[in-house]
Amino acid sequence: MKFYALSGHPNKPCSVLRFKQCTIMLDCGLDETTMLNFLPLPLVPSRRLASLPTWTPKEQPQVEGELRECAGKVFIDSPPEFCPPQTSLIDFSEVDAILVSNYTSMLALPFIVAERGFRGTVYATEPTLHIGRLCMDELLYHMEQTPRAQHAQHWKRLLHLLPAPLCHAYKPKLWRQLYSADAIADAVRRVHTVGYGEKMDVFGALRVMPSSSGYCLGSANWTISSEYEKIVYVNGSSTLTTHPKQLEQAQLRGARVLILNGLTQVPSYNPDDMIGAFCAKVAHTLKGGGNVLVPCCPSGIVYDLIECLAPYLDQQSLSQVPLFFVSPVAEHSLAYSNILAEWLSHNKQVRVYLPEEPFPHGQLVAGGRLRPYKNLQADGFSAEFRQPCVVFAGHPSLRFGDTVHFMELWGGNAANAVIFTSPDFPYLECLAPYQPLAMNYYFTPIDTSLYFSQANKLIRDLKPQALLTPAQYASPVQRSECQLEADCPVLTYRRGDVLTLPVRRAHQRLQLSAELSERLSPVPVGPGVAAATVTGLLHVQDNRHRLDVAPTPASEAASLQELTEARPRYHTYGAVHVPELLQRLTQHDINDAKVEEGPNGVIVHLQEEDTLIQIDASSTHIICGGDETLRCKLRDTLLHCLNKF
Amino acid sequence: MPEIKVTPLGAGQDVGRSCILVSIGGKNIMLDCGMHMGYNDERRFPDFSYIADGSLTEHLDCVIISHFHLDHCGALPFMTEMVGYSGPIYMTYPTKAIAPILLEDMRKVAVERKGESSTSFFTSQMVKECMKKVTAVNLHQTVQVDSEIEIKAYYAGHVLGAAMFHVRVGDQSVVYTGDYNMTPDRHLGAAWIDKCCPDLLITESTYATTIRDSKRCRERDILKKVHECVERGGKVLIPVFALGRAQELCILLESYWERTNLKVPVYFSLGLTEKANNYYKMFITWTNQKIKKTFVERNMFEFKHIKPFDKSYMENPGPMVVFASPGMLHAGLSLNIFKRWAPDEKNMLIMPGYCVVGTVGHKVLNGAKKVEFENPRTVVDVRMAVEYMSFSAHADAKGIMQLIQYCQPKNVMLVHGDAEKMVFLKSKIQQELSLDCFNPANGETCTIVTKPTIAADVSLSLLKRDLQPVAEIGDLRVKRRKLMHGVLIVKGNKVRVLDSDAACAELGVTRHEIRFTSTVTLEDPGPVSRTIDKLHTHLQKRLGITQHLGDGPINIGSVLLQVSGSDQEDLKEAIVSWTYQDDALGSYILNSIKNIDR
Repeated sequence: MKFYALSGHPNKPCSVLRFKQCTIMLDCGLDETTMLNFLPLPLVPSRRLASLPTWTPKEQPQVEGELRECAGKVFIDSPPEFCPPQTSLIDFSEVDAILVSNYTSMLALPFIVAERGFRGTVYATEPTLHIGRLCMDELLYHMEQTPRAQHAQHWKRLLHLLPAPLCHAYKPKLWRQLYSADAIADAVRRVHTVGYGEKMDVFGALRVMPSSSGYCLGSANWTISSEYEKIVYVNGSSTLTTHPKQLEQAQLRGARVLILNGLTQVPSYNPDDMIGAFCAKVAHTLKGGGNVLVPCCPSGIVYDLIECLAPYLDQQSLSQVPLFFVSPVAEHSLAYSNILAEWLSHNKQVRVYLPEEPFPHGQLVAGGRLRPYKNLQADGFSAEFRQPCVVFAGHPSLRFGDTVHFMELWGGNAANAVIFTSPDFPYLECLAPYQPLAMNYYFTPIDTSLYFSQANKLIRDLKPQALLTPAQYASPVQRSECQLEADCPVLTYRRGDVLTLPVRRAHQRLQLSAELSERLSPVPVGPGVAAATVTGLLHVQDNRHRLDVAPTPASEAASLQELTEARPRYHTYGAVHVPELLQRLTQHDINDAKVEEGPNGVIVHLQEEDTLIQIDASSTHIICGGDETLRCKLRDTLLHCLNKF
Repeated sequence: MPEIKVTPLGAGQDVGRSCILVSIGGKNIMLDCGMHMGYNDERRFPDFSYIADGSLTEHLDCVIISHFHLDHCGALPFMTEMVGYSGPIYMTYPTKAIAPILLEDMRKVAVERKGESSTSFFTSQMVKECMKKVTAVNLHQTVQVDSEIEIKAYYAGHVLGAAMFHVRVGDQSVVYTGDYNMTPDRHLGAAWIDKCCPDLLITESTYATTIRDSKRCRERDILKKVHECVERGGKVLIPVFALGRAQELCILLESYWERTNLKVPVYFSLGLTEKANNYYKMFITWTNQKIKKTFVERNMFEFKHIKPFDKSYMENPGPMVVFASPGMLHAGLSLNIFKRWAPDEKNMLIMPGYCVVGTVGHKVLNGAKKVEFENPRTVVDVRMAVEYMSFSAHADAKGIMQLIQYCQPKNVMLVHGDAEKMVFLKSKIQQELSLDCFNPANGETCTIVTKPTIAADVSLSLLKRDLQPVAEIGDLRVKRRKLMHGVLIVKGNKVRVLDSDAACAELGVTRHEIRFTSTVTLEDPGPVSRTIDKLHTHLQKRLGITQHLGDGPINIGSVLLQVSGSDQEDLKEAIVSWTYQDDALGSYILNSIKNIDR
C-alpha cells in the first residue's frame, strides 16, 4: 500500500492511497493562505491602495508595478492565487475515486477534475456537495466582481531578491488563478452523493464508507476496507456538540492504519469561551456606537454565531441592531441548513418532528432581524442599511469580497471593530495591507476540530495498528499540548512524500458457489477442525473471486488440458494399516499376499499378480504390470486403508 | 438446508393491514405494523398473539416500517405500548416525523368521533412513547441492527419518505418493497434499487393486473372532468389523505388553475395542510430533483390558488373543489361532505386511490346507489358522479416486473393485493422470469429454501498459482482453465482454502503419497533410444509435449516414462510411473502406449 502526500497543509489535505490496484484520493483541500501575499481587491477603486508605494528589487525593472509596500510589508498587486495539490506525484487519470470528508477540504476539486484524463468518481455527502458548491460559487463570484486585466508573473522568478515572508513562499510557480464556472460545474457533475453508513463499492476490490465526523454539516470520516484490511481516514472531526450530527466512532476502530488530519489550528483557544467572547465584543462595540464586521465563510460556524448572538443582543437591549449577512449565497446557505435535518445534532433534529425549523435563522429572517443580501448593490440593501450594525461577510482573508469594502469604509474609525472567528488565516496578516488601522480588531477563533488531547484520547479508543499524520503533528519541537501520542508506530508525511504503509495483503475472499458448497463434506481432522479437498473453476469478475463446480468433460476423449488438470477427490495422510490392507485384499480374491520387512517399512508381494506394494510411514509405491484393472483395484483398496480428506 | 419463513399477519392476499413476519437466519423480523381501516373491532390490528405467547420483545429482533400510511404503521403504538414491545424499530426520517401526526389524527377520529372507549385504543401519550423507540434511518445507510442483522433502505417513491428495505442476515437476504411507484411524479422520484440479488423479494401487488395508461393521459383526464363539473356549477369532492397523494394533486390543480385562469375556489381541509407542507419543506431532499433545485426561489408546496377549507363552506352555493381527508371516506370531514353532496347529480366524487373493503369509498366505487349509516341511522342516496382515478402511487404490473428485474431476486412473494389479481401476476412472473413465486394468505407460512454458499479465505499465493493461464509441467506446456485445487479447512467459524502442503502443515498431518509404477512390454526391435523417440513422437501427437532431447526419461508433471532393455533385444520394457495426484494423466499415458508396437 502506497501513500502519496499531495498537500502539506494539515487542514487542507490532499493525499492518494494506492491499494489493490485502486487509486483513491483522500480530499482535495486548497491552500488559501497564499492569498495573504496579495493586495486586497476593492469593489470600488480605493485611493489608499492605489497610492501605496511600489517596491522594486535592485536593477529588476520588469517587476515594476507588480509589488507594493504597505506599512513595511511587500504585497503582490494582482488577483490572488492559490496553491493547488501537487500534480507531479501521480497521474490523475489513474484516480478511481476521490473521498471528500467535508466542504472545507474540497475547494481544489475543480483543479483536479480539470486535469487531463481524469475519470474518477467523487464521493461526498449531500450537504458537503451543496455547501462546497456554495463556497466555490462565492469564491468565484467575488473574483469576478473585481476583474483585473493583468496578472503579476515576474516576481515569481525573483523570489530570492524579495523580502520575507514572500521569499519563503512555497513554489509560487505552481500557484494558480481561480477556476472558472465551467470547471466548478464539471467538478460537481463528478460527485456521487452518499449518506453516512452507505457502503460504496470501488471496483469490487474495496469498499468505502463515510461516517459522521461531527465537524460541520455533512462532514465525514471515511473507512476504506477490503475483507481483510481496513484503513481509516479521519479529517476534521469534532467531539463537541454544536449543530452537526455527532462523531461516530464505532466504524473507525481497529484500523491497520489510521490517517489523522485536520486537528485544531488554534489549540490554545477554547471554542465555548470564544463564542462568549465574540458576543461580548460585538455588544461592547455596538454599545460604543461602532459597527462590527465579522469576516466569515457562508456556512458552518456562522450559523452558530447568529444563533448565539441574536438572543445575547436581546439580553443586552440591542434588539434593534440589524444583522446583515452579505454573501452571493447567503439565502441559499440559510435555506439549505434548514432542510438537512438528517445531518444535524440530536437537539436540532428533534425540532423537525414538531415541525419547527432546526435553526432559528429562518425565524430571524422572517422577523427582519437577520437580513441576507446577495451583495451591497442588491435591491433594498442601501435602504435597509443603518448603523450601528453587525455585518457577516466574506471573504475571511480580507483580500476580496465585501469585507474589503467594509474594511475601507470602517477602518478609519476607532469605534468600529472587526472580529475574526476563522482559524484558517492568521489575523494580523489579514490586516497587514490595511495598516495603519484605527478600528479595533479582535481574534476569537472558533475551531471545533479535535484538540491534541482529544485526538490522543481518540487514538487510544480506536486502537489502530499504525498512525499516519502530517509531520507537523509529530514534531518534537511542538509544545507538549500540541503533540500526538500513540501506542502504535507513528508515520509522518510532508508535501511530496511517497510512503509505503505497513499493510501487506495475504488473503483474498473466495465465494464457493452453492452447487460446489453442497458437494463438499468436510471430514474431521483433529479436534474442532475439518477439511475437504476442493477443486473448482475460478471466476474473477469485478475483482470478486468465485469458485464454481468444474464442468465434467463432455466426451470420453479427454483433452490434454483436462488430463493435466484432473485431480483426485482426496488427499491421503497418515500411515497404512497393513493388516487391514491384507484383509481387504482378500475380499478382492487376492489371497497370496506375502509381507516382508523392507528397508523403511514393509513390502507386500502379490505373487500371482507379479506386483509389489512398498509401504513406508508416509508413502506407498505400487509396482505392477500394465493391467489397469488390477492397479485400480489395488489403488481403491489402499485408499480405504488410509486417512483422507 | 437453510430456509426463510414468511407469515403475513396482514396483506396476505389482501390490501389493508400490512404486517409480515419473516424468520431469516434465526432472526425474527416484522415488516410493517399496519391497521385495517375497514374494521372497527379487534380485526383492525394484526393478531400479535400469533407471534409469541410470551413477550414480543424476546421473540422479535426488530420491526421495520416502510412508510407513514396507517395501513402500514397504524398498529405500531398498540403493539409497543399495549401489547408490549421494546425492541428496535426502524423507519426513515420523514416517516418518523409524519407517522405520529397521522396516528394522532386517526386516534382522535376513532375515539372522539366514533366514541370508542379509550381503554381499547391507544392514547396520545402512547403515540409519543412509541415514537421514542424509533430509530430513524437514511437512504442507503447500512444499519447494523445487531451483530448479524443488517438493513438498508432504498427510495420507494410512494409517499414522502417511503422506503423499500433490504434485510440481510449472514448470507441470506430479503427485500421488502412496502408500497412503491416506478414512475416519477410531480413531487417524488421513482423507486430505485440496485442489483442486490436477495433470496426473496416481497413485493406489493396492488395493481397486479393494471397496466396504467400514461401519466399524462391520467392527469388530462382528471383535469377535464373537474373542469366540466365546475363549469356546470357542480361541486367536486376529492377525498385524500393529508399527506402524500394530496400534495401531488394540489400541485397538479394549482398549475392547471394558473394556466387556465379559473376562478372557481379550491379548498383543502385545514388542520393537517399547513403542517404537512412544513414537513414537505423540511424534507425537501426526499422529493424529486426539480423541486429540490428550485426550492430556494419558489417553494412548490406554497399554493396560491388553494385555500384552507372551513366546515361552513360546505353549504355555500356555487361550484368549488374540495380536498378533504380521509381518503377512503371511512370517517371524518370527507365523509361529512360526501353525505351532504352525494344526492345532487351535478356534483362529482373523485376517488384518487385505492379503498379498502368495508369503507364507504369501496362501496361507492362498486356502484352502490344507497349507502346506509348508523348513529344516527340514515340512508344517503348517491346521485353524484363517481369517478375512480388510478392515481395512487403504486407500481403497476409493468413496474413490478421492472423492479424484479432491477433487483434480481431468487424468489418472489406477492403481498398487499387482491387474491385473484395475484394469481395473474404470479403466473406472469413464473413464466416470463422463471422465478418461484409465492402468495401466502394471512396466517399461512411460506418456507423458502435457500442454497448456502461458503465464503472462504484463500491465500494470495494459491490464487496466483491457479490463475496462471499456462502451466509448465515437465516437458509439457499447457494452457489451463482457471482451475483451483486446494483444501478447504473449517476451524471454528473460519473457513480457508489452502494448497495441499500448507493444508497438511496446518492440520499437523503427514501426507501419505501414493506412487504407481506400471511396466508394459513392447515389441520394438532396434536401439532403446529409437523406442524412446517413438514414444515421444506418439505423445507429441497425442498430447503436444515439447521437443525432447537425449534418451533420458520423458517427464510430464509427476509422470515419468522411460524405456529399459538393450538395443539388441526385440522386447523393450516401457515403465510409466506417476503419483496419485496425477492419476488421470498417468493412466492415460500408460494406456496410450500399450499398443504402440502394433
